[in-house]
Amino acid sequence: MSSSGTAAAGLRGVAVRHATPPLVLVAGNPNSGKSTLFNALTGASAKVSNYPGVTVSRTSATMRVPEVGDVELVDMPGTYSLSARSRDEQVAVDAVLGRTSRPPDALLVVADATALARSLYFAYEVIATGAPVVVVLNMMDEARGQGIAIDIDRLRDALGVEVIPVVARKQQGIGDVAAALSRAIRRVPRAAAAAFELPEPAESDVRDLTRDVADAMPSLTPAAQRAWAIWLLLSLEDELHDELEGVPAPVRAAATRVNRRAAAQGRNLDQEIIAGRYAHVDATFSGAVRSVTAVQPSWTERIDAVLTHRFWGFVVFAVVMLILFQALFTWSEPVIKLIELGVTSLQDVVSRSLPAGPVRDLIVDGVIAGVGNVVVFVPQIGLLFLFIATMEDAGYLARVAFVIDRVMGRIGLHGKSFVPMLSGFSCAVPAVLATRTLENRTDRLLTMMVLPLVSCSARLPVYVLVIATVFGGASRVFGVISAGALALFAMYLLSVTAALTAAAVLRRTIFRGPRPTLLLELPPYRRPVARVLLATTWQQVRSFLVDAGTIILALTIILWALLNYPRDREASARVTVERTTIESSVPVANRVAALETLSARARGDQLRHSIAGRVGHLIEPALTPLGFDWRIGIGILGAFAAREVFVSTMGIVFDIGNADEQTQPLRDALRHATRSDGSLLMTPLTGLALMVFFVLACQCMSTLAVVHRESGSWRWPALMFGYQSVLAYVCALAVYQGGRLLGFS
Amino acid sequence: MPNGIAKSLAGVPLGASAIVRRVASARSIARRLMELGLVPGTRVTMMRVAPFGDPIELRVRNYALSIRRTEALAIEVDDTV
Repeated sequence: MSSSGTAAAGLRGVAVRHATPPLVLVAGNPNSGKSTLFNALTGASAKVSNYPGVTVSRTSATMRVPEVGDVELVDMPGTYSLSARSRDEQVAVDAVLGRTSRPPDALLVVADATALARSLYFAYEVIATGAPVVVVLNMMDEARGQGIAIDIDRLRDALGVEVIPVVARKQQGIGDVAAALSRAIRRVPRAAAAAFELPEPAESDVRDLTRDVADAMPSLTPAAQRAWAIWLLLSLEDELHDELEGVPAPVRAAATRVNRRAAAQGRNLDQEIIAGRYAHVDATFSGAVRSVTAVQPSWTERIDAVLTHRFWGFVVFAVVMLILFQALFTWSEPVIKLIELGVTSLQDVVSRSLPAGPVRDLIVDGVIAGVGNVVVFVPQIGLLFLFIATMEDAGYLARVAFVIDRVMGRIGLHGKSFVPMLSGFSCAVPAVLATRTLENRTDRLLTMMVLPLVSCSARLPVYVLVIATVFGGASRVFGVISAGALALFAMYLLSVTAALTAAAVLRRTIFRGPRPTLLLELPPYRRPVARVLLATTWQQVRSFLVDAGTIILALTIILWALLNYPRDREASARVTVERTTIESSVPVANRVAALETLSARARGDQLRHSIAGRVGHLIEPALTPLGFDWRIGIGILGAFAAREVFVSTMGIVFDIGNADEQTQPLRDALRHATRSDGSLLMTPLTGLALMVFFVLACQCMSTLAVVHRESGSWRWPALMFGYQSVLAYVCALAVYQGGRLLGFS
Repeated sequence: MPNGIAKSLAGVPLGASAIVRRVASARSIARRLMELGLVPGTRVTMMRVAPFGDPIELRVRNYALSIRRTEALAIEVDDTV
């Protein structure tokens, strides 16, 4: 590089500092170490958002590039090619060609040195768009270990762009990438990227269509016009069977005409283009790669002999999943307790330091409780993603899908749906986030839509309270099994059956159409790197806190207001009078208990007077056929904050004060509660109907908030809430009315 | 290219290799498979079968790719020479 060029560029860097920073895309195959490189270049400052209108997440961060200044780096979704059929897949080509956002100032294409041919296919595709590209050749250490010797200079000459060898996991070569990126952004040197022609007659077809593209989109460069033409030939389906957008009608018509002409000649244009590119890749490959042993690393072979073995493979799978399950349930528990304790202490401190009034209530019971509602998910999300990142980094996550795909495939799910579904038993919120490991949008949405049917741990307190109330004591079935244990087991069985059935039904209705194929790369086993794992986990936690967290906080405050307003002034005046009476007339020994009873009753009065309390009365006619009354209705409304809140809400409704599922007075109160006609409320049949309702209903605003975040619209959470509510209502109705017909009570 | 009755990749025995002749799947699947490197003339080795009998693991262009049997059935291959 000449010194004058550097100086000029430096000046330019100063001059444009205030303007929009240059945009750099990081592209590459899945498993190429793209995100590892991205994190190594940017540190842990990445922001995760969604591409507008699609369910593809967009990770971006700022990076300082020498002689350029700050640059916006965007980590694109991993892909094997730019061709697309869905709008999700179209994100890649639109970003590279700058059709929906500003065009990139440079691209980093990450190539896996151990799978060089496949990586080069994608690299050529990007280079052909004419954008400035730097090819980052990752995993050089593994390639060397496999006896693959790559001649970097020859590769650079063949590709016409800079090639930088790195080991992203060990942060080797990162400085060279930054320097090469700086040259690419500044267009130094101004080398022409390699252009190559396809074999005839495909080349003539491409030339024909390129003319139509040039007419319709004159602002694109000639290289981009040609790339766009090839993209159209590979991506457009006949008769609008694709969902691709932004293709001008004349161009679409022209592409269809060219495709039909080739088909009429008995030619397979897809194959001609793809094989033509691979012929070029193979020529480059044999020119730049000196030796290939062409075998899987021997230790990966040996590990796979066990981990995908007919018997041992399944044993290891079961053990790993059991550890994951156990971790989510028990390891996160102490931290969750600690967070809950912290929230309560903070509420106490603030309560004492602020004067009583609506502002204090809002801060203590609305805002602090809401923040607590968000933070309480962090231990489980963190643990789950640490687990997933470890399995992914080590190469085992792909084997999990390999081992279990047959079983999941039966019900229309993907092998990679297994880990999210299993995590759902702990909590749907981290489980929904875990569907990000699924590449295909349909697979991802389908898994998300059935996840809330999996019985999460927040339902357990509800089951425990109901079972203790209606099946308490010594009732036994067949003399050995307690009726309560059987009921609990039945709820879990119902949950799994419902989730699997819903998946099968949704696959045949909303998600009908050709089932997405399994195209699963099984990467070599690697030793996970702690730094990479922590960075990935932190990114997920942070994105949850920022995006879903704000929605959960807002919903918590709204729900709090519904349960606490309007204020019951008459009741509070009455309480003041009664408190004075107690303080003056009740003996000191009994005074505390009397005041507690009074305060519990006051909270009950307030809740019954609130909007939620009135709604509970309002919906009672709809709940009566299920065996529920208005008090259970209030509990169900309160449970939107989190299902276990049902228990504490019932405590308030029944004037018990603070209660959990172990509180004996609450169990007694429920057991003796009667309906308006004097009959007992909580019969075993009502209890069963209530539990069935809780298994099936989407009683969780945090889940809905997270699904909104992950699907990019309110449509999916609305559909989820709708179908689950109907399902829960109908099934609870069937249990209660069916049970009555059979003579149970 | 040798002629003869088309043989499917799904029928290639474990540990054996074959040469891709044609990917006769539905267009969108064929395109993906070819982009992953399974173009005519490419050598493929049958590496492994998952514990439940499906999917299978292939080795192609020095990496391991897993696909379901349904997809493998539509890939026509020739014996290696």
